[in-house]
Amino acid sequence: MTSRRIDQNLTSELLAQAKRKGATAADVVAVEGDSASVQVRLSAVDKLSKAQEKRLGLRVYFGQRSAGASTSDLSLSSLDELVETTCALAQAVVEDPCASLPDPAALAKEWPDLDLYDSQTVPMDGMIELATRAEKAALAVDSRLTNSEGADFSAFGGRTVFANSHGFFGEYQGSSFSCAVAPIAVQNGLMQRDYWYAVGRKLNRLDSPEAVGQEAGRRTVRRLGARKIATCRVPVVFEPEIAGSFLGNLCSAVNGYAIYKGTSYLVGRLGERIAPDLVTVCDDGRMPGDLGSKPFDGEGLPTRKNVVVERGVLKSYLLDTYAARKLGLASTGNASRSIGEASSVGATNFYLAPGTATPEEIIRSVQRGLYVTELIGFGINMVTGDYSRGAVGFWIENGELAYPVEEITIAGNLKDMWMGVQAIGNDLVFRGRIASPTVKIAEMTVAGE
Amino acid sequence: MAESKQSEKFYLERFGVTDRELLAAMGRVKVRDVDYADLYFEHTVDESISMEESLVKRASKSVSQGVGVRATAGEKTGYAYSDEITLRQLEQAADTARYIARSPAGAGFVPAIRVGRPGRDLYPVLVPATEIATPEKVALLERIDKVARAYDPRIKNVMASFTTEYKIVLIANSEGELVGDVQPLSRLQVTCIAEEHGQRQAGSFGGGGRGEYTFFLEDNRWERYAKEAARQAVLNLKAVDAPAGPMVVVLGSGWPGILLHEAIGHGLEADFNRKKTSAFTDRMDQVVASELCTIVDDGTLPFRRGSLNVDDEGTPTSRTVLIEKGILRGYMTDKLNARLMGIPLTGNGRRESFQCIPMPRMTNTFMLPGESTPEEIIHSVKRGLYAVYFGGGQVDITNGKFVFSASEAYLIEDGRVTTPVKGATLIGSGPEILKKVSMVGNDLKLDEGIGTCGKDGQSVPVGVGLPTIRVDEITVGGTQA
Repeated sequence: MTSRRIDQNLTSELLAQAKRKGATAADVVAVEGDSASVQVRLSAVDKLSKAQEKRLGLRVYFGQRSAGASTSDLSLSSLDELVETTCALAQAVVEDPCASLPDPAALAKEWPDLDLYDSQTVPMDGMIELATRAEKAALAVDSRLTNSEGADFSAFGGRTVFANSHGFFGEYQGSSFSCAVAPIAVQNGLMQRDYWYAVGRKLNRLDSPEAVGQEAGRRTVRRLGARKIATCRVPVVFEPEIAGSFLGNLCSAVNGYAIYKGTSYLVGRLGERIAPDLVTVCDDGRMPGDLGSKPFDGEGLPTRKNVVVERGVLKSYLLDTYAARKLGLASTGNASRSIGEASSVGATNFYLAPGTATPEEIIRSVQRGLYVTELIGFGINMVTGDYSRGAVGFWIENGELAYPVEEITIAGNLKDMWMGVQAIGNDLVFRGRIASPTVKIAEMTVAGE
Repeated sequence: MAESKQSEKFYLERFGVTDRELLAAMGRVKVRDVDYADLYFEHTVDESISMEESLVKRASKSVSQGVGVRATAGEKTGYAYSDEITLRQLEQAADTARYIARSPAGAGFVPAIRVGRPGRDLYPVLVPATEIATPEKVALLERIDKVARAYDPRIKNVMASFTTEYKIVLIANSEGELVGDVQPLSRLQVTCIAEEHGQRQAGSFGGGGRGEYTFFLEDNRWERYAKEAARQAVLNLKAVDAPAGPMVVVLGSGWPGILLHEAIGHGLEADFNRKKTSAFTDRMDQVVASELCTIVDDGTLPFRRGSLNVDDEGTPTSRTVLIEKGILRGYMTDKLNARLMGIPLTGNGRRESFQCIPMPRMTNTFMLPGESTPEEIIHSVKRGLYAVYFGGGQVDITNGKFVFSASEAYLIEDGRVTTPVKGATLIGSGPEILKKVSMVGNDLKLDEGIGTCGKDGQSVPVGVGLPTIRVDEITVGGTQA
């Protein structure tokens, strides 16, 4: 069982084989990569893991019928079976007038080097050392930090290949490195945990393990002594990580699939005001060196910068070819691909444009309110925008963080929350595909005692 | 096929490995200072067919296979995996895994391999759902669409999907055990969108398990799923804002058992207790619930989504009493944590796939029935919330705070169930909440088979169950302060 190399010869053969079986069009996507991770806990190695992976997916069209299949077994016989299976599946589903590859003229012809790959590797011992340093730094922050869920360091490097029967072939390499620590603080027999992390495509641009650890320690210790508060309606300030989660909800709501299926609260709102003037949201797939960047999308269309919300007005949904056709629009280059499946829509680098206020100024503007540092649970109804989640954070009294709070919920509706955005911080940092500065919302219901 | 599943030969041939190769790889990883080693071979076929806008227009199938090699030494775990099952890859993986022991390479001693499969099959399946012809599944989804739309003219869109997997695993360990299992798993899910006066609402329902495709046809389950999803969507159109603040909550039977999964289940997984990071650490034999509460984790229920013949380390699953009449009695363990803590092995060592290190996970977690009737429980409440269906939940193991989100709930006023309210998150503290259980119903029900639990980035299928219960106080996270 020798495995085939993933290259243009292989993709061309598979596309030709599909055509011989009667397919009118097809595409192939394949990825391969090496990953390694270590977890250190209380300065001893807890887990080491290492892997090589590859996977190939084929999608075929018989006119307007289509289906996909994938395999991690790249032997000749398995690939023959893949073509067979995919073609059989496609002939079993019904015709879908919107199903087809993108227009050949729209495919990416050339693309810039987006600086997504770092060929540096870290040996296991090096990764163990980095994770150990991060955890040590975290536990050194305060004597009450006496336990830990551990510190991780992980590295990934790989390659993505995409080809279709319109003659497109493209490939790019990508890497990522991450370091995370989750210390535990104990006081009066009660424990609190928090975490911090760094993630990026370049090893030497990653925050130092000490910086990651110190922030993790600081975030954990400040939660000690958390209490419940009385049920109330107050202004709410989201720290950047939490504002990113709130922005992620918007990202789901502008997904073209949710729009045409009617499962988003933003159906039919294109061109309308959904937030005040200070809100501008973009998705940019071409930011050099960033985690969400890629030269072409999952269908071979060029990625680009899309302005999703401009000064409060909803300007664009995120679309691939299929969702665009369903809505009578054009693709925004946001096709994202799970191998072997039809394309779906995914953000690239989705961010809320920064404002001018410092986070301290935003907190100072709140007389009595809540500063949120963690959310748990899944209480969001994307169809209606109804929002209710468990929260952790700090009570704000006279413009200052007064004491930590927990076992409370915050509730409202995403429509009102966005219309109620009153301030946006100047503290935008990309640490993932979705990034936001601090955000202040006029009012939400906080349920507690 | 049913017969050959009982022999190791079926599995060895499936993965193209021989006894000798297994022994060679094991000898390479089980060097001095390695306490335990295992190899986990997996071959999984996944199939998914979905419908929307009355058209079954998406279908996909994936095959994944590979092997994971693990070595443990003290508290340390070394792991490597590869999607190529060749002797060379096995040896490379073995070298990586044993790296944690820092022992020099050399042949370790491993006992001869013997077959250790339990003499039971909780999910004998003659025809896997992956083998049912696609057009038959397409026709079922089309019938679901008709039934859901016929339920009410306000149903404007129906989305339904059928997903099924057929997983074949072989586990060999350094104690000389060789265990194979075939693990089918299917799920049928329906989501309806209802619309009225420009308002839209969704309802969702589904079920599944480890049985055959005919499971969905028996008792017209598929039809019930379609009608339930439609009913919830239409009901939600008239739901009012949910209350905010602490109140009496009555949880309906079945799926609301997600409370147990979040509030105490995760906190009783052995790894968190060994590391003393769980809010339940060192509370064994202490009161953590009212005496009405007896809670078990049971991986041995036939055809259940959370059940397994053997866990992903080859240990036969079992029924573990977690809480007995309010007293904390047991943790759920995998091999590493049972050995390090010196406590019984419960068959809860699970992993998502060959790409993952096993850890203690739940199977089917539920509360045993009590004596009250559901009607008595409702009647006992002057003002409260009756929550019967839920979305997901989450817990912070360390401080014990957990949430779970109601998607179908009603107000209780003067002992009667009245107005439906919008979805809301309920929040509480795991070690405290079950002490507030004041009535337990006689109507234990397990969920329909849709649960997936995430931990450390790994997803595994699980089940939950609950009789109707009254909780004297939970904070309800609505908007009506």
